[in-house]
Parts: sequence; C-alpha cells; structure tokens
Amino acid sequence: MAIGLTHYLVLGAILFSLGLYTVLTRRNAISVLMGVELILNSANINYVAFSHFSSGNVDGQIYAIFVIMLAAAEAAVGLAIVLAIFQLFHTIDVGAVETLKE
Amino acid sequence: METNLAPLLPSAEVVLTALSVLLLDLFIRKDEKGLLVWISLIGLALAGGMALFLWGSHEGAFQDSILLDDFALFFTELFLGAAAITILSSVHYVRETNIHEGEFYALVLLSTFGMILMAAANDLILFFLGLETMSIGVYILTGMWRERSQASEAAMKYFLIGAFATGFLLYGIALIYGAAGSTHLGRIASALGQTKSHGSIILSAGVFLLFVGLAFKVAAVPFHFWVPDVYDGAPTPVSAFMAVAVKAAAFAGWARIFLYQLSPLQSEWTLPLKALAILTMTVGNLLAISQSSVKRMLAYSSIAHAGYLLIALVAGGESGGQALLFYLLSYAAMTFGAFGVLIALKEGENDHEAYSDFAGLGFKRPFLGMAMSLFMLSLAGFPPLAGFTGKFYLFRSAVVAGHIDLAIIGALNSLLSVVYYLRVIVMMYMEEGGAEGKPFARAPYLYLAIAIAVLGTVYLGVLPAPALDLSRISFISLH
Amino acid sequence: MSGDMILFFILASLSVIFSLLVIFPRNVVHSAMALAATLFFVAVLFLTLDAPMLAILQVLVYAGAIMILFLFVIMLLNPAALEGRRIAWWTLGSLAAVALLLELVSLFFYRPSPSGQPPVAAAFGGPETLAQSLFTDFALPFEIASVLLLVAIIGAVALAKREG
Repeated sequence: MAIGLTHYLVLGAILFSLGLYTVLTRRNAISVLMGVELILNSANINYVAFSHFSSGNVDGQIYAIFVIMLAAAEAAVGLAIVLAIFQLFHTIDVGAVETLKE
Repeated sequence: METNLAPLLPSAEVVLTALSVLLLDLFIRKDEKGLLVWISLIGLALAGGMALFLWGSHEGAFQDSILLDDFALFFTELFLGAAAITILSSVHYVRETNIHEGEFYALVLLSTFGMILMAAANDLILFFLGLETMSIGVYILTGMWRERSQASEAAMKYFLIGAFATGFLLYGIALIYGAAGSTHLGRIASALGQTKSHGSIILSAGVFLLFVGLAFKVAAVPFHFWVPDVYDGAPTPVSAFMAVAVKAAAFAGWARIFLYQLSPLQSEWTLPLKALAILTMTVGNLLAISQSSVKRMLAYSSIAHAGYLLIALVAGGESGGQALLFYLLSYAAMTFGAFGVLIALKEGENDHEAYSDFAGLGFKRPFLGMAMSLFMLSLAGFPPLAGFTGKFYLFRSAVVAGHIDLAIIGALNSLLSVVYYLRVIVMMYMEEGGAEGKPFARAPYLYLAIAIAVLGTVYLGVLPAPALDLSRISFISLH
Repeated sequence: MSGDMILFFILASLSVIFSLLVIFPRNVVHSAMALAATLFFVAVLFLTLDAPMLAILQVLVYAGAIMILFLFVIMLLNPAALEGRRIAWWTLGSLAAVALLLELVSLFFYRPSPSGQPPVAAAFGGPETLAQSLFTDFALPFEIASVLLLVAIIGAVALAKREG
C-alpha cells in the first residue's frame, strides 16, 4: 500500500478537529487564535494534497500561499485587538471580559 | 495579453479613494478633517456613476473569475450607497468619540471594496478574498473607539468568531476544490453533472462547510450568538454598516453560489435551509421582545430579518431572487434610519440607547420622532411602507415555490415583532422625560442620512414597481 | 513498508503530537512553541507533496514571522493573565470535534486512493512554476491580497498604537 490522498486528507481532518476543539474549549484569546491557525493549516494540507494527487496543476499550492497570507493578516489584527483588550482589562480571558450585558 | 479591466472599474475607484483619504489624512490639520468626508463621498459617487455607466453589460475578466453583470452592479450600487450613508451618519459620531477619522473612512471604503468583489466574484478564492477584506476591515472598525471597553470587547468576540467561520469556509473550499478540481464556480457547476457518487460526497461535505461559514456571516440561528454583543459594543454607525452591508454581501454571495451555480444541489439543502429560516426568524423575534436597550433590540431584529431573507433563498427561482434583492433594499433603508435616530440621541459620554431614553422624543424632536415611527412601522411590516412591500413579495415567493408553511410562519413572526417595534413609538409619544436628541444644527450630515432613509422607506413602499423591476432584471442577469 | 510510508507516518504523528501539545499545556508560551513545531512538520510534509517553494514559505513566513509575532505579544502581556482555563462546555467541544472528525475521516475512505504517484514534472512546485501561475492566472487574487494586507496594516496600527 502506497501513501495516497486519503492519508493526507485524514491528517488534515485530525488537525481540523484539534483546532476546532481548541477554539471551542479555550477562553484565552491567544490560544483560540492558535486553534484557528491549526484549522488554517489543515485546509492547507488539503489544498496541497489535492493539488498533488488529483488536479495535476499548482493551483492548490497557490491557494495555500493565499491562506498563509491570510493567516499573517489575521494574526496581525487579532493580536492588535488582544493588546488593546489587555490595555483596558489586564486580562485576555474571553469570559472574564464581560462588560456587555447579557 | 489583453485584459478586460471594466469589471474592476467601480471597485478600483473605491480603493483609490481610500488611498487618497489615507494619504491626505497625514497632511491636514485636525480641524480640516471634514475634507476627508467630502473626498470619500465624491469617490463613492464616481464609483456609483461608473457602475451606472456599465449597467447592462455582461462580460467577464481574468478567465471569467470576475463577472460584470447587472447582479454585481445592483449590489455594487447598494454597497456604495450603504458606505455613503455610513460615512454621513458617522461624521459627528467619530468626532465625539475621538476615533481617528482618516483611518475610519478609509476602512469603510476598503470594506466596501471587499463587498463589491464578493458580489462580482465567480471564483470561490476571489469570493473568499473579498469576504476577508470586508471582514477584517469591519473587525477593526468595531474596535476603533478605543476608550470604550465594550467596543474592544466586541471587536475581540467578532474577530474570534469570524476567524473561526473563516476556517470553516476555507476547509469547505478545499474539499470543493478537491472534488471538482477547480474553485471556479462555472467549472464546479459542470463538475456537478458528471462526478461519480464518492466524489460528490466530498463535494457535499465541502458545500456543507461553506454553508456553515456563510450562516455565521449572515448571523442565522444557531450561529447568531455573537450578534447582540458585537452590535451593542460597536460604534453605532458601524453596527448599522454591519447590519446592512455585511449581511447584504453575504446574501449576494449566497445567491450567486447557491441559487445559481450550485442549484443542481438544491434538493439537498432546501430542508436544512428551511429549518434555519424558521429558527432564525422565531428566535430573533422572541429574544428581541425582552430587551431593554433599543440597540440590542435592533441587533435581534436584524437576526429576525436575516430569517425573512432566508425565506427567499429557500423559495429560489426568479420570484425568490427578486424578493431577496428588493427586501435587501428596503431593509437597508429602514435599518440605516433606525440606527441613525439612535446616533442622534447620543450625547457625549451617554449613549442613550434604552427604551426610556426615547420617552417624549416625538414632542422634543418632531422630525426624529416621526422618522423613527416610520422606520419602526416599516420594520414591523405595516403598509404602505417598504417593509410591508418587501415582506409581501418574500412571502409570495415562498407560496409560489410551494412553501406555504414558511409564509405562514413568517407572517406570524411579523405579528410578533409588532410588540417590540410599537413599544418604541409608544415611548416616544406617550411618555416623558427621555433624552434630548441632537438638534439639526449640531448634526446636519446625520439628519441628511436619516432624511434619505425616510425617503427610501416611503418610496419603496408606495412606488415599488421600478425597484422591483430592477431587482428582477438584476437577478435574471445571473443566468 | 516502503520508505515513503515510514516518512509519512513519522511526520504525521509528529504533527499530531505537537498539535496536541498546542492544546493541553496551561502555559501559552509552551503552546506557541508547539504550534511552531507543528507548522515546521507540516512544511516537511509539503516537501513530500512536491511543494518545495511552499515548504520554504511555510517555514519563513508562518513558523518564522507569524509565530514570532505571537511570542512577542505573549511576552508583552502579563504572563499571569495567560493561565489557560477550560470552560464548562468542554464536553460539547470535544463531542463536536470527535463527531466532525469521524464524519470527515469516513468520508475520505469512500474514495479509493489513486494507486501510485501521478507523474509529476520535475519543476512542479518550484518557485518558477508557482510564480508563473501566480502572476498570470492569479494576478487578480494577488492584487486583492495586497489590499487585504493593507487593511490589516492599517488595522494593526489603528488598534494597537498608544495615544501620544
């Protein structure tokens, strides 16, 4: 049995689920952001694997470049928001920051 | 290589305007910032002119990954108008709150650029990049009032939820790319016809994830929980911009992707979408009743209206598309108006967003009182206002498509919503002792924005025929 | 077991182990280091998929620049505030994650793996082929990406700079 598309897709699905778990269970904004990075990586594995095994062109790799670019943009904005929150509240716990009424 | 740049003209003009605003902002004194408003408005008007000039053309560029059709142009005009009203109604707001004006207007413009792309994109990657440009711009706009802790908190919530939804979208697009071999919507549609069963399972999974990602963006129940906090915490003009333009952009993408290109899969998503529509309407309306803040009430009401709009997506076809586009227009007018009146009540540190702050407004500021009554009646769906006409066509499209139950639930929901909309009117005319509200002299731009919203609400209600025709022509141009 | 297969399983298990290490430590610095390691192993996986250029970008931009940004921000903040805390509905989170995982994995097994490697040109995934594609077919998305980055730059400055 050789390594095929399925192997890579399963790895992608595992990373996606781990990222999902992180996002749903962590209250620390930076940890949540790291969970999102895991999800983006799982998508990237899928793009590159599909590009290699099925389509035969480099489109998938180009998409992965755009995802890396997006991750950079999101990290910059997300961390700026985290810094702004920290200056105001001295915590970045998503739950502890609760001034909005329910 | 010959490249057709015509489809990009209006959006390029918007980016150019944003860059000019950013650059000029560096060189002018604080008391001259009014100039930036004018430059932004002129830029938007020019882009609108270009879109009008291009009306009726039907062409593509960059291997048809971006299309120029009446559908894209309709939404272009809608987004440009929304951006202009947002800028008009935030002129006084940003000065009172020490938000940096240059960056604020530039970000409104750049988000608008993203929305225009979303409506015109015929390729999932392009759609996705437009969506992200819009979303990141709006996250930042939400958090720009930095002295106010609620705004930063709202920005963080919105950002985390948005980034999460982005992950779903990307993963979904990856699966679709794998199954269809392309992200081009036309090629995906043709791959739909020929894939073997296992391929189409991966495709369906991808479409499902795309569906969830978009449901977050239009704030459909059960993906709505972020909406009240984010709309409540954001600066009010930004809340209005989110409620109208961001939602319209997501619906534009939804219509192009699901109602047109992927319509062969319609039988698979009709049932979940129907459940989503019913849940969204009902939960939005039920939660809106118990609010004590008008801003939060409007946030829940925007959820309910997303539910009404979903009806059109379930119905599909020509009548559904026409109803969707027309209702987005009416919804834009009345929602901008309602948020505009809310902005007019703000005085210095005090936001005056509770129901009790509206007490006596009808006598203190007759124009604001009258305008707010109109918007509330229209949102509730009283004839002859825009909200009524819009809802009429929405429910009619549901009946035409054979979803009579959906139309009945929608009508019952409208009845339910009367409770909380009328409460504002009762407050304004039957009680006393609320907020003063800004007089015209202190906020002329804001009054202009509210006046435009009043005109729109009345016009679309009384003389809907031209706008209905426009909506129909625009939707048909998809095919 | 072929060499390919051993390499894949080593890399795959390393990336899964390190992503588990992103989730479980209470200290955010440890999580960030584990994430950097995960990104690095994913980059090596890209090499096995004929994507050398992408692997380099992943290490330079992702594991390099983006993770450094994370670490900088963590260092700027008060470490005491970074204690990880789990919320009460973690069960829901794990259920959702497991359900989705099972669904996705079962989905992929529906599809028989193509046997053997498809023939791939020698230059596939090199800088030249990528650049050719990026600046012709993908010129428009590329330009839009520049606007997106501009928005992010404006935003980072507008949100994080201290008022002078």
